[in-house]
Amino acid sequence: METLWPQIERLLPAVSKPARYIGGEQGSRQPEHGSEKVAWLLLYPDTYEIGLPNQGLQILYEILNDRPDALAERSYAPWVDMEAAMRAARVPLFSVEQHLPASAFDVLAFNLSAELVYTNVLNLIDLAGLPLHTTERDGADALVVAGGHCAFNPEPLADFVDAFVLGDGEEVVGEVNDVLREWLASAAPEARDRLVLLRALAEIEGVYVPALYKPEYAGGRLVATRPSDPAAPAVVTKRTVSDLADWPYPSRPLVPLTEVVHDRLNVEVFRGCTRGCRFCQAGMITRPVRERPAEQVRDMVRRGLEWSGHDEVALTSLSSADFSGIEDTVRDIVDAPEHGGRVSVSLPSLRVDAFTVGTAAEIQKVRRTGLTFAPEGGTWRMRTVINKLISEEDLYGAVDAAFSQGWRRVKLYFLIGLPTERDEDVLGIAELGARCAEIGRRYHRSVTVVASVGGFVPKAHTPFQWFGMDTAAELERKVALLRNEAKKARGLTIRWHEPAASVAEGLASRGDRRMGAVIERVWRSGGTFQEWSERFDLSLWESALEAEDLSLREVCHRDRDEHEALPWDHISAGLHRDFLWGDWQDALARVAVEDCRWTPCYDCGACTEFALEHVVASPHPPAGGSQGTGQDLTEADRIPVRLVTRAS
Amino acid sequence: MPPEGQRRLRLRFSKAGKVRFTSHRDVARLWERALRRSRLPVAYSQGFAPHPLVSFGLALPTGCESWGEYLDVRLGPAGAEEIPLPELPAALSPMLPEGIEVEAAAVVPEAEGSLQQEVASCDWELEVLGVPGEQLQERVERMLAAPVLTVRRERKGRQTEDDIRPAILALSVTSSQGHLRAALATHPRGVRPNDLVSALGTDAVTGRACRTHQWIERDGARFEPLTASGLGTGRDAPQHARKAFPHVRDRVHPDPGGSPPGGSGER
Repeated sequence: METLWPQIERLLPAVSKPARYIGGEQGSRQPEHGSEKVAWLLLYPDTYEIGLPNQGLQILYEILNDRPDALAERSYAPWVDMEAAMRAARVPLFSVEQHLPASAFDVLAFNLSAELVYTNVLNLIDLAGLPLHTTERDGADALVVAGGHCAFNPEPLADFVDAFVLGDGEEVVGEVNDVLREWLASAAPEARDRLVLLRALAEIEGVYVPALYKPEYAGGRLVATRPSDPAAPAVVTKRTVSDLADWPYPSRPLVPLTEVVHDRLNVEVFRGCTRGCRFCQAGMITRPVRERPAEQVRDMVRRGLEWSGHDEVALTSLSSADFSGIEDTVRDIVDAPEHGGRVSVSLPSLRVDAFTVGTAAEIQKVRRTGLTFAPEGGTWRMRTVINKLISEEDLYGAVDAAFSQGWRRVKLYFLIGLPTERDEDVLGIAELGARCAEIGRRYHRSVTVVASVGGFVPKAHTPFQWFGMDTAAELERKVALLRNEAKKARGLTIRWHEPAASVAEGLASRGDRRMGAVIERVWRSGGTFQEWSERFDLSLWESALEAEDLSLREVCHRDRDEHEALPWDHISAGLHRDFLWGDWQDALARVAVEDCRWTPCYDCGACTEFALEHVVASPHPPAGGSQGTGQDLTEADRIPVRLVTRAS
Repeated sequence: MPPEGQRRLRLRFSKAGKVRFTSHRDVARLWERALRRSRLPVAYSQGFAPHPLVSFGLALPTGCESWGEYLDVRLGPAGAEEIPLPELPAALSPMLPEGIEVEAAAVVPEAEGSLQQEVASCDWELEVLGVPGEQLQERVERMLAAPVLTVRRERKGRQTEDDIRPAILALSVTSSQGHLRAALATHPRGVRPNDLVSALGTDAVTGRACRTHQWIERDGARFEPLTASGLGTGRDAPQHARKAFPHVRDRVHPDPGGSPPGGSGER
């Protein structure tokens, strides 16, 4: 297959940020194509600078390229100007490594990290020259697969994606490769039977093939999604790697030539989180906690920095301050003689109850990276509902630690539109922010506290999946209320996400299979890059919904009862439905649950379903305790909280 | 004055092929990473957010190639004396992306100004598309004869009109396939290849563009930045000794003893 570079090269002088399309990253491969290898095109359906750092994609890239019977190249969504230039010049989607057309690949594999990129998925399938719908593809067409967190409600993309892979990809990617290799070798392209491939894929644990399932509706509502083929299991359950130590990837992370988000070395220190925040899909679907051995973390950091030349490393996870011995690990990195005192460490997703002066002092030795805490709820009442059990004292203590160690700017994340929310909970955000700014002024003349506010979207496989989210108008009212209150506070800035975009995210993440036609209409009316505020347009979604006889109210804004069929009922993250329902009822009753890493199991299913256990080095929760395991939860506003004790 | 024992290292590098679509800022960042990987004793600024003391010359427009890019790196004081200058280009090139090759290195005296201040003009080889070959000579002559050449261009996000004629020091047609050679002044305002080509007519489009030399002027004579003080061990950028239009891969190395070819490590 011939490279398209000469044609692409002619387009680049006229497009913005042409370095998005040239590849050439350190660590990128130039694999030799051949019939004995399955050729994967790994796709991130957003711009290069957003997609390149994606760790899931980089891990699979290495695993596949290290196999003798596979190869992988990458592609990202061309920005609007480049897409127009490509279509005008009849240049198809291409890989950034060797600039080969998508038709040179056997599989197009999408990473789905956010729902608003769905229209980009369709656009990329189209730019690749593939038929848009799975039903229109034949034995000569590439297979379209997708994985990532959004795959846990695959139905909105079921018309376009041949197979979804659920959960950790490290092991299953090889199994998919084996099936494909065998099928590709079975006959000439035109003679291949696609159904044979789909059935073989459906037999792999963790692979969902939507064409082999049929949704059933009654009275305009989904009532069940059942297999229509004997090869398809009634429920598809995610894959989980039991020990992260077996997978020290990426070992040679991609270092791009141009600026990307998270432009630093990223080392994953653990996967999964059992803090039990009820709004958090990632925390629910990636259980149990599997820590990487500290020694391996240090080794990956050392090698990664040597390899990349970065001067910043992020220790990534859903809550890095919970990593056993985090202070020692950070100190060892910062103080390592080979780093010459010039390597800084950042900890994304800090929990305030695990952030101490010690940690603050360590991470600011080289330079102060941004500091973000996520109280999520403005009042203790709200935080007990969402099970984010950090007291005001925890927050003020963490903020005090930060300001005392020299920070002048602290960012706080909040959600609005949470279940049972009252205006006083929203106003509580301004109060917390103002108090934090006050604490800062004890140390500095001028400080900034940024409260970033997102509209809550209830996601699949969380206790809040039954909750009807706020309308855009209601979210807007709450934002206005908060902004007005925040004006009175010195040093407090409110940032907020576009409420209409939260609603569209609700559509894409909560819809059933009928949402596919809506996504297709939005795409056909030019609605790509919907996660970019300058490109987002709710009216496209509204008119598409109307044309498909669906409504925002039906999909997003109404509460579900316990027995209503959910579009993702045939998909399992291991979590028992009665656990999720019980947790939802506990939320409404303001009953908190503990972090099961350090307390007895309450059988959510994530471990027991897979005969797994947490992999946690320390038997003790980190500084500040864990919810329910050290701190006095009654302290904040003297509301007694009952901790659930479930017999296991 | 810099601390005792620090030295200023000046490097010349080329930029060609796919990597030409990276921006000036991108190049600065990848040099910072390459220098960290090289373990050269780069000096850092004082203060709370220390940064490596590296300074680049005139920005090369995104999409243009070059045989004569420069950067100054402050080294030391510790270790600054032991830098093996002749081996540096071959040692550094493998740390940089394909298409960026370090060609020469020299130590520059402290008294010398920065690249930004000192470089007075640049030579360019340009490809002009859209203008019939037989018309090009005439248009170039008309341009050179004009007392004023106003072009509309975007600077810092705003449309401006500037007279670029004073900055055109020399301009000639070098082939019947639309190739030009130009010498363009950098002060008070630089002229970019696109500005020059747009003055050739609304049908003119810039094709490949390559900066071949940067010049420092002193006492009426001009020098390249590595040899301006006559002290460097570096050599001038390669002269016009190739047949094909700028394309570094086709380049003939005219330097006696030539720079070692770029390394071929894994990238």
